[in-house]
Amino acid sequence: MSTSTSTAPAGKTGDAAEQQVLRPDRKKTRLSYNILGLLISVVMAFPVYWLVISSVRPNHEIRSYDQTLWPSSFTFDNFARAVKQPNFGTAVESSLIVSVTAVVGGMVIATLAALAIGRFRFFGRKSLLMVLILVQMLPPTAMLIPIYAQLNTMGGLNEYWGLITVYLVSTLPFAVVMIRGFVVNIPVELEESAMVDGCTRMGAFRRVIFPLLAPGLAAASIFALVNAWNEYLFAYILMNDNEKYTLNVWLMTFTTERGTDYGALMAASTLIALPVVIFFMVIQKKMATGLTSGAVKG
Amino acid sequence: MTAADTKAAGPPVPVPRTTKENSPTPSGKSTKSKSGKSPSRRRMKGALLPYLLILPAIVAVAAVYAYPLCKTVIMSFQDMGRRELWTGDDPPWVGFEQFTNIFKDPEFWDVTGRTVLFMGVCVTLTMALGLLIALLMMRLTTWVRLVLTVALIAAWSMPLMVATSIFRWMADSDYGLVNTLIAKVVGEDWLGHNWFLDPWQGFGVITALVVWGAIPFVVITLYAALTQVPKELEEAASLDGAAAFGVFRFVTWPVIKPVFTMVATLSVIWDFNVFGQIWLLRGNEPEPEYQTLGLYSYSKAFESTSFSQGTALALITVLLLAGVAVYYLRQLMKTGEVE
Repeated sequence: MSTSTSTAPAGKTGDAAEQQVLRPDRKKTRLSYNILGLLISVVMAFPVYWLVISSVRPNHEIRSYDQTLWPSSFTFDNFARAVKQPNFGTAVESSLIVSVTAVVGGMVIATLAALAIGRFRFFGRKSLLMVLILVQMLPPTAMLIPIYAQLNTMGGLNEYWGLITVYLVSTLPFAVVMIRGFVVNIPVELEESAMVDGCTRMGAFRRVIFPLLAPGLAAASIFALVNAWNEYLFAYILMNDNEKYTLNVWLMTFTTERGTDYGALMAASTLIALPVVIFFMVIQKKMATGLTSGAVKG
Repeated sequence: MTAADTKAAGPPVPVPRTTKENSPTPSGKSTKSKSGKSPSRRRMKGALLPYLLILPAIVAVAAVYAYPLCKTVIMSFQDMGRRELWTGDDPPWVGFEQFTNIFKDPEFWDVTGRTVLFMGVCVTLTMALGLLIALLMMRLTTWVRLVLTVALIAAWSMPLMVATSIFRWMADSDYGLVNTLIAKVVGEDWLGHNWFLDPWQGFGVITALVVWGAIPFVVITLYAALTQVPKELEEAASLDGAAAFGVFRFVTWPVIKPVFTMVATLSVIWDFNVFGQIWLLRGNEPEPEYQTLGLYSYSKAFESTSFSQGTALALITVLLLAGVAVYYLRQLMKTGEVE
């Protein structure tokens, strides 16, 4: 399931040959399919377009009853207002600290577990995997109150480590399952031959397995990063200090009792979404290389 | 508590090498019984190693999931309010009182009905549209398919709160694009229309947002499944005179069915727990007619500061979804993801 995000252009080779033998009526069907496909693309991409275009639109057009699809002029005023909003810097800092720490910790723990599950046959292996998957099904709202109460007694409210722990663990199940997929695809023979050549088991891991695992790790960590970067509910409940708001919670400061500054909100949203979009672009490539590079093919 | 403590005291980073050196440390009952069987030290290490590798993961999951889940069960049989939370006193036991109170409250049934209906509509729309778009993708020229993929990924990569902000802006009563467009077609009186006065219309906006956000994952996953369907089989079936629907029903569907059920099950769980979208669209104060089970549980716990009432509601949600989760797991085992 996880690997399906790599949208390799399957059936590409068939297209050219197929098109040549298409009869006129089938050509027509293909044309209407294509038009429909483009239409759906427009609908799916439109909100994103509207986000970006609204963020560079002058304020008098934002506050207009007559919205136009294309702005009369472009401006970066909205971005300036967004960045000047109180706590922008601390929110970026909080988001970075929490996401990066959670991802690094999560990847180390997940890699260890994935190696165990992918390489060893041991008692309880299957049930561990099942528990990990089941745990992912639990609604976060169910966990929220006991975690809140628990962190309260431990003095973990308003502390980064509380939120980091929650994020770290919430990405574990997915990361373990995903990295395990990459582990089983690395032939055991590679490891064995390294050990025959004099490597220790951990040496073999570091020199042989780890480099081959890197694309999988990259993909899993980007997923975990996006997850932590986007999370809202726990960030909102566990961090009450204005100085420790993460970016998603900070977005709410654009809405006051007098209304919403949509221009600045859209600019701020663009800034928050930008890294995620870039990560998604990276992950596509990484996963494709991870799946196609010769050494990894099992 | 101790488990959470050790876990929380900074990110535990046990590097592989130290794990190996320390391997003969006792780490659990099961490891002991195994190591007892193997006389040589080397083999004992081999038996212990996998358990040492999974130990951090188990501790972490226990601290953040297993323990709170037990705590949820305990708390829902107590009466924990603001006082107990701050003083740390043991809350009094009240038996099933929280549950009988909840079940007696007509609002609970309203909220549950609304949650189920909302989930049903969202999942049906997401899966139906997702399947149709995935099928369409198979029939597109390469460059159109590429354009569609880019559009899907663009929508997919929008953070939840960002996506919600966009939809709030588009549905804004004064300066929203939706009102402007409708006014151009239908008439001026749509200007200034408030979409959230009528909960049916409000949930229409929320459904659009949820479905729009969920479609990319569904389409890309189903499309990946569709590419696994052998082309020869489909061609053979259509040569034998099967209509397009027949080919789908008897050739394509059986292949993609496991993936479809898995994605549908996940959608059920996700859409049952929609929180942030409603929360932000309603400006952090959802009116009673906008509450779903998650929001209802939240407001009981944090606004009425009856934490036990909130956890009891959460427990009911978990039990409602438990059946779905078990079904999902069985599907996974059937398709061989869990071996």
